[in-house]
Amino acid sequence: MIRLYVSTVLEAGADNVWARIRDFNGLPQWHPGIADSRIENGEPSDRVGCIRHFHTRDGGTIRERLLALSDFDFTQTYEILESPMGVEHYVATLKLTPVTDGNRCFAEWSAEFDCDEGREQELTRTIADGVFQTGFDALKRLYR
Amino acid sequence: MLQKVVRSTVIDAPIERVWAVLRDFNSHDQWHDVVAESRIEGGERSDQVGCVRSFSLKDGNRIREQLLTLDDRQYKSTYCIVEATVPLLRYAATVTLKPVTDGNRTFWHWESTFATPPGRERELRDMVAQSVYEAGFANLRRHLQRGGDLRAPGQAAMPVAIALPTRRVVLNGYGGAERLQVEDAEVPAPGPGEVRIRQRAIGLNFIDVYLRRGQMPTLLAPGGTPGMEAAGSVLDCGEGVHGFLSDERVAYLGPAPGAYTGIRNVPVAWLVRLPPAVDDAVAAALLLKGLTADALLHDVAPLKPGARWLVHAAAGALGQILCPWAARLGAQVIGTVSSEAKARTARAHGCAEVIVAPDYRFAEAVQALGGADVVVDGLGRQAQQENLAALAPCGHWISLGQASGPPAPLEPDALLAKSATFSRPLVFAYAAQPQALARRAARLWAALADGSIQPPTIERFTLENAAQAHARLESRERSGALILIP
Repeated sequence: MIRLYVSTVLEAGADNVWARIRDFNGLPQWHPGIADSRIENGEPSDRVGCIRHFHTRDGGTIRERLLALSDFDFTQTYEILESPMGVEHYVATLKLTPVTDGNRCFAEWSAEFDCDEGREQELTRTIADGVFQTGFDALKRLYR
Repeated sequence: MLQKVVRSTVIDAPIERVWAVLRDFNSHDQWHDVVAESRIEGGERSDQVGCVRSFSLKDGNRIREQLLTLDDRQYKSTYCIVEATVPLLRYAATVTLKPVTDGNRTFWHWESTFATPPGRERELRDMVAQSVYEAGFANLRRHLQRGGDLRAPGQAAMPVAIALPTRRVVLNGYGGAERLQVEDAEVPAPGPGEVRIRQRAIGLNFIDVYLRRGQMPTLLAPGGTPGMEAAGSVLDCGEGVHGFLSDERVAYLGPAPGAYTGIRNVPVAWLVRLPPAVDDAVAAALLLKGLTADALLHDVAPLKPGARWLVHAAAGALGQILCPWAARLGAQVIGTVSSEAKARTARAHGCAEVIVAPDYRFAEAVQALGGADVVVDGLGRQAQQENLAALAPCGHWISLGQASGPPAPLEPDALLAKSATFSRPLVFAYAAQPQALARRAARLWAALADGSIQPPTIERFTLENAAQAHARLESRERSGALILIP
């Protein structure tokens, strides 16, 4: 099992950032790597169990299921059902925690997954840098 | 009703360093201002789960607390009050640290629940939140900044605000390498916004030679100290400096010379942190040249795949970084060198074509390859006509250096026939904003890590031998980077 973890500090309150990122169908509105997204079967995007179906800017199709959503501790957990990356048992969590000194929050994005031997480093880099850190960098630009 | 207090902050230090202090259940009297004395009862170790610490506070109160959880994997410690002269009832608190991976900082979360006598809820909540938690954040920050965690208990704090002796190189008049002399000096305590650095490696650049010769008199007058970059560690910080701790490894480049010294004060805006994989010598050898390459490739002439880049002195310190990096990004790199030996070096560093041109005659050969879309020119005067002739239509001629003498005045109309662009950049302008500097440095270390560029070949000289190092820098036999070791 590969585990990876990326975290940052965003210069905005947790509730403010959460309002933007809690929408499971909202990735294209803030993540530069995502071209479009829809929720399958017309379900609401905050229904636990719903499936988002989206395309990355390089043309990949990814389907992910929402496993947990908490407006109490600003947490979203999801799994990958289908992707071109070659990962299995992939579960990721995006979480915000308020930083009480100043109007900012601590953001964490973690994932665990299995993959073919020898691909660990490449996938870790693709996901940690290309997906998570790229998303955080976009949020940092929004809130600086 | 149970009261709850939550406070959190971000500390500009790696998590291991913050945790090393906080996991010690008996450390508070070394860093927290409210605690006068701390001891562990019964002679137990301070990391023994179940141990009890006995605090005497500066206001005369006494508190006994028991360690309930110590988790080195999740950086977490939980403890409760077993007896206290302040009315905090059923008080249990948890300290949790998490790494901020983007910046190597630490998120620190401190929370507790407790009961109070009726009517005193707010007073005691404020006391815990402000006098204990928020004050603790500020006190630990100060403790780390002073390097208090790096000393053995009882050992005196590093003397602050005193001048420190060092050796430095001074220019006793414009001219040859022999004009560089070494003398004793004192470095005062860092001023507001400054950081005092103990330097461990100093990078040499061709601009140092131009300064010594008097070709840039506004930048360095006789009596001054040359040198634009170095790597080392933080000694202490002046007023208003946040984010750097004593002993932290750093490197800098700056637009004002003065780097040929053992200890130096520099503005905090010049500093970058060094990742563990980059040692001091590599940082000093790479930073200015690497950031120059980064600025050329990403901003001065943003690289287009397939573009032909003509790089002079391709086996030199800058060439060894720029050529492989440009090639990795998709350029066709044509290098010029002065000897066959250097041609082999250049080919091993990303040059698809190498022209041996000790007499600066290369334009015809470059035109036979289709002309240069970008010329990176460190040659200056004697190659001026050849550079213009080597350009492809709409080419960009970047004048970076003047190894063969300062460039002669250029008529704007000389560019007209090829609709060419001429620029004369200095790297410092491209590293003037701390964010831009950090972004460029991160790209440079990443390029080193992923093999886009190779670690430079480094020649070391002592600071006392700065004159010999300059003579070596000016000799055309050399390739690779030179550094001084104070």
